[in-house]
Amino acid sequence: MPDSTRPLADIQPGLAGTVSVPPTAPEGGDVHVTASGWKLALREFLDNRLAVVGFAVIVFFVLFCFVGPLVYHTNQSLTNPLITDLHPGGAHPLGTDENGFDELGRIMKGGQTALEIGFFSAFIATVVGTLYGAISGLAGGIVDGIMMRILDVFLSIPLLFIVLVLATKYHSTVLDESAIIGAYTWLIPARLVRGEVLTLRVRDFVSAARVMGSGRGRLVYRHLIPNALSVVIVNITFQVADAIIILAFLGFLGFGLQYPATSWGDMLGNAQQYVSSGYWWLVYPVGGCLVAVVLAANLIGDALRDALDVRIRRR
Amino acid sequence: MTPALQVRDLTTEIELTRSLVHAVGNVDLSIEAGETVGLVGESGSGKSMLALSVLGLLPGGGRIVDGSVCLDGRELVGLSEPEMRKIRGDAVAMIFQDSQSSLNPTKTIGEQVAEPVRLHRGASKATANNRALEVLELVGMPRPKERLDDFPHQLSGGLRQRVMIAIALACEPRVLLADEPTTALDVTIQAQILALLDDLRSRLGMATLLVTHDMGVVAGRTKRINVMYAGRIVETAPTAELFSAMRHPYTQALLGSIPRLDSDRSKALASVPGIPPDLTDPPPGCRFAARCPRATGQCREHEPPLTGDDRGHLFACWHPVDGPITRPPELTVGETITESFLQDTRPSDGDHGAHLLEVTGAVREYPVTAGAILQRRVASVKAVSDISLHLDTGETLGLVGESGCGKTTLGKLIVGIEKPDAGRIALEGREVFKLRGGRLRRARRDLQMMFQDPYASLDPRMRVAAILREPLAIQGIGSRREQEARVVHLLEEVGLPRNALERYPHEFSGGQRQRIGLARTLMLEPRVIVADEPVSALDVSIRSQVLNLMKRLQAEREMASVVISHDLAVVKYLADRIGVMYLGKLVELGSGDDIYLRPTHPYTDALIKTIPLPDPAAERAKTGPGIRGQLPSPVHPPSGCRFRTRCPRARDVCGEQEPPLRTFGPGHLAACHFPLRPAQSAKDARP
Repeated sequence: MPDSTRPLADIQPGLAGTVSVPPTAPEGGDVHVTASGWKLALREFLDNRLAVVGFAVIVFFVLFCFVGPLVYHTNQSLTNPLITDLHPGGAHPLGTDENGFDELGRIMKGGQTALEIGFFSAFIATVVGTLYGAISGLAGGIVDGIMMRILDVFLSIPLLFIVLVLATKYHSTVLDESAIIGAYTWLIPARLVRGEVLTLRVRDFVSAARVMGSGRGRLVYRHLIPNALSVVIVNITFQVADAIIILAFLGFLGFGLQYPATSWGDMLGNAQQYVSSGYWWLVYPVGGCLVAVVLAANLIGDALRDALDVRIRRR
Repeated sequence: MTPALQVRDLTTEIELTRSLVHAVGNVDLSIEAGETVGLVGESGSGKSMLALSVLGLLPGGGRIVDGSVCLDGRELVGLSEPEMRKIRGDAVAMIFQDSQSSLNPTKTIGEQVAEPVRLHRGASKATANNRALEVLELVGMPRPKERLDDFPHQLSGGLRQRVMIAIALACEPRVLLADEPTTALDVTIQAQILALLDDLRSRLGMATLLVTHDMGVVAGRTKRINVMYAGRIVETAPTAELFSAMRHPYTQALLGSIPRLDSDRSKALASVPGIPPDLTDPPPGCRFAARCPRATGQCREHEPPLTGDDRGHLFACWHPVDGPITRPPELTVGETITESFLQDTRPSDGDHGAHLLEVTGAVREYPVTAGAILQRRVASVKAVSDISLHLDTGETLGLVGESGCGKTTLGKLIVGIEKPDAGRIALEGREVFKLRGGRLRRARRDLQMMFQDPYASLDPRMRVAAILREPLAIQGIGSRREQEARVVHLLEEVGLPRNALERYPHEFSGGQRQRIGLARTLMLEPRVIVADEPVSALDVSIRSQVLNLMKRLQAEREMASVVISHDLAVVKYLADRIGVMYLGKLVELGSGDDIYLRPTHPYTDALIKTIPLPDPAAERAKTGPGIRGQLPSPVHPPSGCRFRTRCPRARDVCGEQEPPLRTFGPGHLAACHFPLRPAQSAKDARP
């Protein structure tokens, strides 16, 4: 607040060119110093209890899957017919599966691939989708029309059809699976980013930059991408969740990774033949992990959307 | 007699996640039947919350903490929701600001007007429809019978607002709450709606609460005015007395800060420094103390009670003022500027030499397309049609007109955001936007734009330092050090503290953002600045700060500028010459006095007459609602003179021949077949 004892005549200080504004009492009023945009977003995010829980769950699973095997050593490469389908207990807290692999160690191993594929395919989808969407939105006109119709065509092809075609041609490694899932899921970020760019490019600050003489490159890198970033970041979390679900779905249908590699979906697919035998430990623990990770990723995504969207951010 | 609506000691709070907003505090208010009471305040002063408290429609987290609301002696605070629901829309009705979002887009207007009748009166469908027809007729809906089956999107803004009023009136309410009923409308439509509200009040005997930020709107239509500031009523008085003998410094400054058509252009506007307090943490004493020139220690510590004499003039101030500001403050400019700059009205007759900026026959049409890929062109919106004007060094040209008249498009053509479909735009005889690459970039330095919306025109992800440095960085002017020095210098010049540099735009108030926008515009030292509605998004007390700043910088820098606004008073205050636009055409061009004292085109004349003035006597003297009817579609503008459909003087020839611009005095041009005063000579004169 400006110094309130000043007489009215002093409110417009005589400004002869340079330095007559007293630094203590700016004419335009003081600036309320608050946190930066990202800090505000972080505060909003941390306020969302569910999101913090979700984040903790993800961190837990990353540690569980990647650090866990270093602490909890199990045999995951040689089958042992002597100890197949053991009940939980003793040396095997979650029992063993049909090949005699320790189930807890198996979940860690399957989780590694599930998380790797989840994040990697989300990365592929986001990069491809963001570029495609940004180009389409910025180009506009006929180019935009054609690019979006191509997208519509892709969206109308069922996932299974793509998988069937691709799975016959490629070995199922982590990289292949990520590429297949990424190739299917990039359509959503492409649409999101295109929509965002369409609204951003007619905003006044973009016009202002153009009036200053800014070229296209600067517009894209300094204005459009930083502003579209929040949408992309939110989308990444949903992409990870979706990818893990799709991976589980593929594994369940038998298009999973090649033995002895495994993922949670593959494990569930194998377990289904033993459900009637009452081998519950092959189904529920791994299913629970899958649900927990996907739910956590979705919770984080929701909270990020609330935190980053300036329009619905509460003060 | 019990007043129709009596609010006593009302306190409303809104609970947010982290804070508590003290939105309305200890407010008293009463309205007699058949009386209109005004409630004036800036955005965030709690005036809408007060109206919503009466209806029990507070947003989430909001609740009435204390006080009472009596409707004809019946207490409303504490009523259960079903009981409130019976009262809402029946005994108390509300007109909302935005008719676009307040009407249901999937229902016909007939259904929507009939709905309260069916709900509250239990009327049959047929009876309710008859009533709907009756009310629509009452609010002046043309051909109401045919309109009953229309959907809201088929109506214009003015007609939609009439539908809103019809819904409110359907059950003959005792109390009508009108929350900014005309803010979203153009002045000509605003005058029609205000006249309608006034007429209905006197015919139906309702008690009306007119909530607005515009002193002009309440001046002629209310019996008493309440001024609200930061959740408190700071002054309440009969209308005439409030304008002529206000006691609260805020009321005084508020009225003094409004530019008027008869304001002295060489004087500054009174302004209130700073910004209103944060209502989540209001100051302990008088809430206006921090911005008040008369404030003392007492003001900062103790809150003044609302007291006053027995004539119903109450005010909350320890050191009241006595009447309006008589002598506007002097405009302080740099020493190099002579007094003559401010006095000189610079009538330019268009004969001498080359002009700084010359627009010749500019046309801009937006295609209306159909089809997703091929995008066939089916029609075009005629935004700017054959406009010619010029601008000299150091001169300010104002452009006024209603929304959709093409003034913003013309501004965009001048700075090259849009390209003209025909005609030329030349800076010192050179068509800059025909240049390419680096030469175009260099040329852009001379033409800069200040945008209307201070929230949209600053990149939310950039710090102020980066925002201000950007023009220099793009143009490659100076070293980084020099650029930073210039940023600091200009920041000081627009009156912002040094610590603003490291902040993001969202941390500033609207007025402060507009200062940043102005500083950015000045970074490249342009020859011509186009300011598109520079103050229309700002509150009244902030508006005068920015206007004074613009005026001072204009005088100091001798830049030429084009000021675009829907508000004739703002334009007249800033500009040497004014162009009046109507539906893509320039209908009149002349000095401020030419336009205000000697209007020649019937549209200019009507525009001046419909502007609500913050002066009760002048407002009451007005007769008739000014211009009738709606703005025609710019896709199919009327043939001949485009104003003829709304013009009282129109004859057959107006539909057949387009009137050319003719000279009516030095630098005074108008395009009309039947002007209000005789032309100087018969010869066509194009600027």
